[in-house]
Amino acid sequence: MSKIIPIGPYHPLQEEPELFKLYCEGEIVKDIKWETGYNHRGIEKLSESKTFDQVFFLVERVCGICSTSHPFAFANCMEEIGEVEIPDRAKYIRSIIGELERIHSHMLWFGLAGHFIGYNTVFMWVWKYREPVLDLFEMITGNRNSYAMFKIGGVRRDIENNKIGKIKETLDLIRKKTDMLIGAVMDDPVIHARTKGVGILTKDDIINYGAVGPTARASDVAIDVRHDNPYAAYPLVNWKIITAKEGDVFAKVEVRLLEILESVSIIDQCLEGLKKEKEGEIETKVKAIPEGIGTGRAEAPRGEVFHFVKTNGSNYPERHKIRAPSYVNIATFKKSCIGQTISDATISLAAVDPCYCCTERLASVYDKDTGTKVFGGEELIKNSQQKTREIQKTILRNEH
Amino acid sequence: MGFKEFCFKKSLWLFHFGGASCNNCDIEILACLTPRFDVERFGMQLVGSIRHADVLLVNGSINQKDKVRLLELYRQAPKPILVVAIGACGCTGGIFAESNVFAGPVDKIIPVDAYVPGCPPKPEAIIAGIVKLLNKKPAKQKTA
Ligand code: SF4
Repeated sequence: MSKIIPIGPYHPLQEEPELFKLYCEGEIVKDIKWETGYNHRGIEKLSESKTFDQVFFLVERVCGICSTSHPFAFANCMEEIGEVEIPDRAKYIRSIIGELERIHSHMLWFGLAGHFIGYNTVFMWVWKYREPVLDLFEMITGNRNSYAMFKIGGVRRDIENNKIGKIKETLDLIRKKTDMLIGAVMDDPVIHARTKGVGILTKDDIINYGAVGPTARASDVAIDVRHDNPYAAYPLVNWKIITAKEGDVFAKVEVRLLEILESVSIIDQCLEGLKKEKEGEIETKVKAIPEGIGTGRAEAPRGEVFHFVKTNGSNYPERHKIRAPSYVNIATFKKSCIGQTISDATISLAAVDPCYCCTERLASVYDKDTGTKVFGGEELIKNSQQKTREIQKTILRNEH
Repeated sequence: MGFKEFCFKKSLWLFHFGGASCNNCDIEILACLTPRFDVERFGMQLVGSIRHADVLLVNGSINQKDKVRLLELYRQAPKPILVVAIGACGCTGGIFAESNVFAGPVDKIIPVDAYVPGCPPKPEAIIAGIVKLLNKKPAKQKTA
């Protein structure tokens, strides 16, 4: 009889509500189920009632941590429909914001990962050095998160040339501190013991599950939208895709830490590019969006963000579909956690940097054969409550 | 000063409930604990169970699935408990207020003692909110 261990939905370990159920025999995890829905906000539907300009503020709030990648993908998508070419200065600014976000997101993840394996020092350290990045955001955009920088045809605010010095200073600091972290982590025997060979995903697993982002790159699958489908200033600068071979948690740490350094170098080059362009030329005026359909992709810190929009010539999207990277990455839990001890499961779960606020889509369950609706929203809620009660009962029973 | 007011003077323990949020508020709450802001110097600490908490921090819009759980948490909380709604979502529903799954802002579901607006509020704002809360004596507390 396997024992069920629920983690969540409101668990001090997670900052987002989600429920994992680990089916364990002894210490070993035999199966895992996860349940979401605590974070569903109906964004795709809401988007249909907003004008294109307002949608940017909405999709920014799909996910707070990667609050540039969604507007990025949406902008790419709308510019494909409207066939808009944006000025180079705007391209550079977009890339700078995107990369700064990658830095702060990877640092955030790294801190939390340290916290998960009991290294609170790492957590405090990394978050301390994440603050200067947020200060940069505050200087450039006026807000620490949710930057509201994007619009169709360009960006809302310029990065004036007199700010470049300050940005470079901060980048130097980040480079130094990342080197320090790499030194501290890569040689630490305890971190090796806790992360090496844990939660391994092979190349085949990645391809079968369709995983994206650092999760895939840590298993030697070199996919990156910035490279495969270049957008913004990425074709204009030199950079390389970071990959690792092993596919375990350690490889994911390695990929993310090295990506921070790569992002710093991309920003450096973009700032040089910025100096060559004229100040103030940051947007192409767009009058109307024609009828059509478009897709936009962007590489978020966690992987590929995909947006699909259908327009009908009016000011509102007729249909807006969002696919976030965690949506595919979460499925790899099935592979990475099963057969491990419970204590390793947490870090394996954390390793893909799952982001539930991105992933929450409306769930209705349809019968596979007949096509009839089995559960709608209401029933699902009821069903879930029922299940929670059952779990509680099972656990109580198992305990006695 | 009654015993309960006395207990609320220092070292508040916080329990964090993240509703259907975009995660930014959650992250900013966490940021309050990290070296730059460090609320632990006031003895504030995030705790794992509502039964240990003095303050319930609620952020994010509340959807139907969250609503039942929020009510349940409030029921389990030791009274008196201070409830702080964080972020535009917590205060009013913010950008998600028109959503089809929205189940009402926090103060329609449970009584709220303080609101910290902003999207997301800066950690300074969150700390300021909690400090204001420390200095006021809510009527509810005395009767509870
Ligand atoms: S108030 Fe803003 S930042 Fe906070 S959860 Fe809501 S949308 Fe996100």
